[in-house]
Amino acid sequence: MNEQIVSTENVHLYYGDFEALKGISMEFYDNQITALIGPSGCGKSTYLRLINRMNDLIPGVKITGKVNYDGKNVYDEGTDTVELRKKIGMVFQQPNPFPFSIYENVAYGLKIAGMKDKNKIDEIVERSLRKAAIWNEVKDKLDENALALSGGQQQRVCIARVLAIEPDVILLDEPTSALDPISSGKIERMLEELKKEYTIIIVTHNMQQASRISDRTAFFLDGNLIEVDDTRKIFTNPEKKETEDYISGRFG
Amino acid sequence: MTPKKADKIAVNVLYGLSGIIVLILASLLTYILVRGVPQFSIEFFTQPAKTFEVGGGIIIQLYNSFYLLLLTLLISTPVAMGAAIYLSVYAPQNSFTTFVRTAIEVLSSLPSIVVGLFGFLMFVVQFKLGFSILSGALALMIFNLPLLTRTIEDSLTAIPSSQREGGLALGLSKWETVTRIILPAAMPGIITGVILSAGRIFGEAAALIYTAGQSAPALDFTNWNPMSITSPLNIMRPAETLAVHIWKINSEGLMPDGPDVSAGASAVLILAVLSFNLLARYLGKKIQKKITSA
Repeated sequence: MNEQIVSTENVHLYYGDFEALKGISMEFYDNQITALIGPSGCGKSTYLRLINRMNDLIPGVKITGKVNYDGKNVYDEGTDTVELRKKIGMVFQQPNPFPFSIYENVAYGLKIAGMKDKNKIDEIVERSLRKAAIWNEVKDKLDENALALSGGQQQRVCIARVLAIEPDVILLDEPTSALDPISSGKIERMLEELKKEYTIIIVTHNMQQASRISDRTAFFLDGNLIEVDDTRKIFTNPEKKETEDYISGRFG
Repeated sequence: MTPKKADKIAVNVLYGLSGIIVLILASLLTYILVRGVPQFSIEFFTQPAKTFEVGGGIIIQLYNSFYLLLLTLLISTPVAMGAAIYLSVYAPQNSFTTFVRTAIEVLSSLPSIVVGLFGFLMFVVQFKLGFSILSGALALMIFNLPLLTRTIEDSLTAIPSSQREGGLALGLSKWETVTRIILPAAMPGIITGVILSAGRIFGEAAALIYTAGQSAPALDFTNWNPMSITSPLNIMRPAETLAVHIWKINSEGLMPDGPDVSAGASAVLILAVLSFNLLARYLGKKIQKKITSA
């Protein structure tokens, strides 16, 4: 049985007066990929960003309810968001490597965290790039600027950058929607490898992607969590009519 | 009239208007250079100015201009940087920050002679700094801060927020994100902004007439004691700059070759400002290229 790593209890999120999330409760398990699907504006990205408190950056946001991780509510007063985000890493829709070399991008989090041992950093950089399935493509040009890579390669460098700081949970916000199918395929296969070690939560617009790689799928609509279950069940025999309508392409 | 014809006319009018600007600039430059460059000689660049005789140079004024520029940049860049970081990263969007931005804009449109007179009352008289390089540098700081803050802020906000989010998501604090990701990425824009403002400072006269003063005491370039009045390093001595020198020659110059000295000095000034601009473009492009490896 997989261990429960993150859970939310009755989470509401407001942008000013607008209620973007209307009481979401669900759990996420170790060694699983959980996919969040739903039409644009349904709140799935907002929900994802709430887990590592990236929504804190937006002015006028109010959040109620609990997000439990590591035995604590991440919205408690005493939470160090800097530490939290090291444990719950995030990959964005647009690849956003820093304007430095590939090596520096991956080593960055380590160096900021104060790691000095060059050999150790080298080792972690290589391991992270291998896990992100890009080592073979970049091993001879680690000193080159990461911005010179293709979009798909940049995205994998961004994933390696997150892996280097050894998080427990990886949040991915539509990580392949800006990429071509071949790059997307590489990232999907990589995620299936990564789930052996991490808890992975992915927002995706691509339902085939959700059905291919995820173990559990959650369907969001208008700020509500309509249904969450095993992916196979969601895609073959969903409980709710809205879910069935959405996955069969009747709306959204 | 057909849309195609209207388009053609519009393009031609726009060409004409840009042409006028280029023409004005070109004729101004040509006039100044044709008139000024023949005055260049070794003596012109190595001799101090003469009050009553022919053959004075501009070495002291030229040196003063550079020294004052250096001091002004040393004072104003950190202040502008801090203000710009605050405004672009930390400041909430409220009526107070809007007020600060408006204040900066108003400050940038103040006539430089007003800044100069303010500097005279404030630094020269009130703070008892006298006519000095320090008073001049402080007045130029006021003159320079608004525009510099604005350009630095613009280069900081031009960095996509995805970079900021990437840093924060990696467990960097807000300050680390600013200093280790946003600032390095914005560096080309910041350097260009600083150099362009250097051009403005270098050519400024009105703000200096009543602050850095209109006299250029003889300097002994071997005297490195910053307390001595003849030391080039002394920041408490009056220091006429090149731009002020040009103004002074033309308003009350007594040397018989005044117009020639003034023409030569103007050409030096224009060439210096021009090279600042070219340097800014060159460095900006070069760093941009290095950073984006495009």
